[in-house]
Amino acid sequence: MTEDNVLLRVEHLSKSFGSNLVLDDISEQIRTGEKVCIIGPSGSGKSTFLRCMNLLERPTKGDVFFDGQKITDLSVDVNKVREQMGMVFQHFNLFPNKTVRQNITLAPVRTGHMTQQEADAEADKLLARVNLSEKAEDYPSSLSGGQKQRIAIVRAMAMHPKMMLFDEPTSALDPEMVGEVLNVMKELASEGMTMAVVTHEMGFAREVADRVLFVDEGKIMEQGTPDELFGHPKNRRLQDFLSKVL
Amino acid sequence: MSFVVNDRWKLYLKGLGKSLLLTVGALALGIVIGVVISIVRTAHDQKRSGEDKISAGLSVGNAICQLYTTIIRGTPMMVQLMIMGFVVFASSRNMQGVAILALGINSGAYVSEIIRSGIMSIDPGQMEAGRSLGMGYGTVMKEVILPQAIKNILPALGNELITLFKDTSLVSVIGMTELTKVARDIQARTYLPMMPYLGIALMYLVVVIIMTWLLGKLERRMRRSDRR
Repeated sequence: MTEDNVLLRVEHLSKSFGSNLVLDDISEQIRTGEKVCIIGPSGSGKSTFLRCMNLLERPTKGDVFFDGQKITDLSVDVNKVREQMGMVFQHFNLFPNKTVRQNITLAPVRTGHMTQQEADAEADKLLARVNLSEKAEDYPSSLSGGQKQRIAIVRAMAMHPKMMLFDEPTSALDPEMVGEVLNVMKELASEGMTMAVVTHEMGFAREVADRVLFVDEGKIMEQGTPDELFGHPKNRRLQDFLSKVL
Repeated sequence: MSFVVNDRWKLYLKGLGKSLLLTVGALALGIVIGVVISIVRTAHDQKRSGEDKISAGLSVGNAICQLYTTIIRGTPMMVQLMIMGFVVFASSRNMQGVAILALGINSGAYVSEIIRSGIMSIDPGQMEAGRSLGMGYGTVMKEVILPQAIKNILPALGNELITLFKDTSLVSVIGMTELTKVARDIQARTYLPMMPYLGIALMYLVVVIIMTWLLGKLERRMRRSDRR
């Protein structure tokens, strides 16, 4: 199953909501340690593509393989798969009824991966990494957007996932807070985490991505290294898109 | 005459105690039924295509729950009481148990809709975040969704508590002695209707005012934890 240590592979993935075809027969793979940025105009299907990877959306057609396992198989325990794939959302989705520490420790403890003490120690370590140790006992409502998103990243990392999915992690942030979140993501990337990032931050994509996918109308219209894609875009729509965002 | 002779005020207090007992019992039962039904119904509504294994079971469960809600909300409380007391449990002597069951089943239908609206008011992103971390539907529901929903639910649930308390006056039709029945019995003995009925009206009113006050306090306390 390991062709060049592929971690995630999608085959002929299609997704429609009712009669609206959002993803149209996408086949793609992501290798272990690879950082892939997914860009494209809004409504192009890039978020849906990402959400199909951990089956928050069930593909209408096609299959998803993770770590050699066909996870679209109905006999597969989706929860077990998701433990291996952290996800960070545009709107953070922290649990407002839990403290920062509880947000981080809830999943590792409830899925039986750690005892409460182990999880607490892990949370302390992770919070220190993102310089938010003093917020451990606070509730999310008292945090800024940037702080919330850093906590959300740390919350996903507490499960020690093999891969992280980011769904427009900086789109809901005030401009001055984008940097602090991107820095955490860059650090994560430099440690070798496999990442799939849906983003509008072209600077980040250029700096961090091994590969950039341009998605439009439910298809991957063009892909390549950041230099290729941003420097010499071939696809007409991509040229159009880049001229608007750069 | 209506209160003092033969220590009749003790009867009122005993009746009031019974009414409160019925309320608490029925509300507890109603909340249990309501939570189960609301979870089945929201799970059905929020189910994603493809998770076929459980969806057939959910559809059946959802249909049963809807039928239950429709029947209970579509028939009068007093009729339900009489059916339970004189038809289903005609041979039972435990009128208190029958009354709690009937009131609880009735209340469950309303509570389930209250809780369902509370659950629906929570951002779907909360469930997605919980699921994306590998936690199961039930765990996320219990740890994340329900604790938040309760805050939104509390005012409506308080309303239900008050309605339920007043509805306990109906159980006198199946022969159980609670506050209203006490007043009726005493009136039958003394032929003086005014004082017993005005008296119990005042008692109901005072209890409801106390309940409202307590609920208001509880609500304020829950909201305070929001702003920390």
